Amino acid sequence: MADEPLVLGIETSCDETGVGIVRGTTLLADAVASSVDTHARFGGVVPEIASRAHLEAMVPTIERALKEAGVTGRDLDGISVTAGPGLAGALLVGVSAAKAYAYALNKPLYGVNHLASHICVDQLEHGPLPEPTMALLVSGGHSSLLLAPDITNDVRPLGATIDDAAGEAFDKIARVLQLGFPGGPVIDRLAREGDPKAIAFPRGLSGSRDPAYDFSFSGLKTSVARWIEAKRAAGEEVPVRDVAASFQEAVVDVLTRKAVRACKDEGVDHLMIGGGVAANSRLRALAQERCERAGIRLRVPRPGLCTDNGAMVAALGAEMVARNRPASDLELSADSSLPVTETHVPGAGHSHTHDHVHEISKDNLYS
Amino acid sequence: MDTATPAVTVALHDGTRVVAESGQVDARRHGELLLPAVDRVLAEAGVKLDAVTEVVVGVGPGPYTGLRVGLVTAATFGSALSVPVHGICTLDALAYAAGQAGVAGPFAVATDARRKEVYWARYEDPLTRTGEPAVDRPADIAEQLAGLPVAGAGAVLYPEAFPDARGPEHVAAGAMASLAAGRLAAGEALLPPQPLYLRRPDAQVPKNYKVVTPK
Ligand SMILES: [Zn+2]
Repeated sequence: MADEPLVLGIETSCDETGVGIVRGTTLLADAVASSVDTHARFGGVVPEIASRAHLEAMVPTIERALKEAGVTGRDLDGISVTAGPGLAGALLVGVSAAKAYAYALNKPLYGVNHLASHICVDQLEHGPLPEPTMALLVSGGHSSLLLAPDITNDVRPLGATIDDAAGEAFDKIARVLQLGFPGGPVIDRLAREGDPKAIAFPRGLSGSRDPAYDFSFSGLKTSVARWIEAKRAAGEEVPVRDVAASFQEAVVDVLTRKAVRACKDEGVDHLMIGGGVAANSRLRALAQERCERAGIRLRVPRPGLCTDNGAMVAALGAEMVARNRPASDLELSADSSLPVTETHVPGAGHSHTHDHVHEISKDNLYS
Repeated sequence: MDTATPAVTVALHDGTRVVAESGQVDARRHGELLLPAVDRVLAEAGVKLDAVTEVVVGVGPGPYTGLRVGLVTAATFGSALSVPVHGICTLDALAYAAGQAGVAGPFAVATDARRKEVYWARYEDPLTRTGEPAVDRPADIAEQLAGLPVAGAGAVLYPEAFPDARGPEHVAAGAMASLAAGRLAAGEALLPPQPLYLRRPDAQVPKNYKVVTPK
């Protein structure tokens, strides 16, 4: 197989219909259709609305990506797709499309893990991932600390949130402050004009006996809400900028502290930060500062690659092809709770119950 | 192909007859079953997918998650192979299949819409629907369909509302393909391959921000 495989990746785990095309570690196209505006009035992603939007956007987004990349489906070396984790109905649209596309064009199919894709996307920005890489993934759906010795088949979870995801906390606090959805960007913006030390909000799971790499944002969320209510109850004006800055500081302080600690404990000298919350300017700044002090190289892709997109799925798919990982089969199913340790979903291979169909497959197309 | 009911069904039609057909009933595995079924049907016919000149897909009405599997698969085939993709109302295909099974004269078809409701439509004959497909509680439509045979799993499920329930219970892609081939040959337009959901999405608006401080 080519050193620089040409792979199309499909991502539909949440509210973005993403189709990316890469050649090895080079990004050729990144087409995204988002239903976020439709969800905004509900204050969160509504699964059925997301699934309907994926169906409408799927084929047009594939065609837009191909056009943008200047390639045709027949040129591809493989198709990859997010098999999980994510919203079941949303994932199913992407998985079904990927299977149909791979089948119609007789290309290998790779069902890959969404979280591993978030890590692998950095190859498109900063070149091949160092092995091992430490990764901190933070978004509305996940907050995980992962050690990745080999992004195609060895990703180890070190810690994760025990309650809310970091991005969820941003959304909830934005709602309490009546700032709309999603909460991340607006809190980031307001926080720049506020004092991060104005209010001492709690740092979850930071005691000496707490799990070293797990996160908790639920207590913080309650504490911030309570503080705001007390102000309102007293008839005082809520200092929105200071609250935003102090809340954000509490989140990014814990995230970066634990990530740097994990790097030191594991002797890893590269930290990758991904996921939608990686777009947060304070998270980037504080991570940079702490990594420099600890002698760790920080890698954060540009914000457009941190949020959910097809390019990240294509990036991991290309790595699967380049390293000759086994392809998925036509029975590939969406798995809403696919564990992060399953970086991809290889086909049943030589099992007899499945062989029947695959043998047919091979002769049936253009062979 | 059709995935709008618990059946995952695929057929290949050569313009004259159904060459191969597959039907499996498993309401929870549409996503896993559809592509292998396509593969099996083509293999049985000794034809490759790129020989197919038109794709026809059931547009429902049907429970959404399964329905979308067929629609997105058909649309993707259409794009990959540069062939037209047409929609057929799933109830029309079921009515056509009921006709093949001997139901004649005015009748209705009903499929399971879950939540104690059925998707249904009325037919003058197996080729002629009267009115738009709808979703209702069986008891609410029992009176207007009284005395009519009602075909489909939606009828079989609610014998009190539909005493003259008939087979076939599930749509078969062979019937759908025959119906579509007939209409295309007659120069009639088919539907766009877009879902007939008939229900608005369940959009749970999160409750207003809850006060956490005890009053
Ligand atoms: Zn994500």
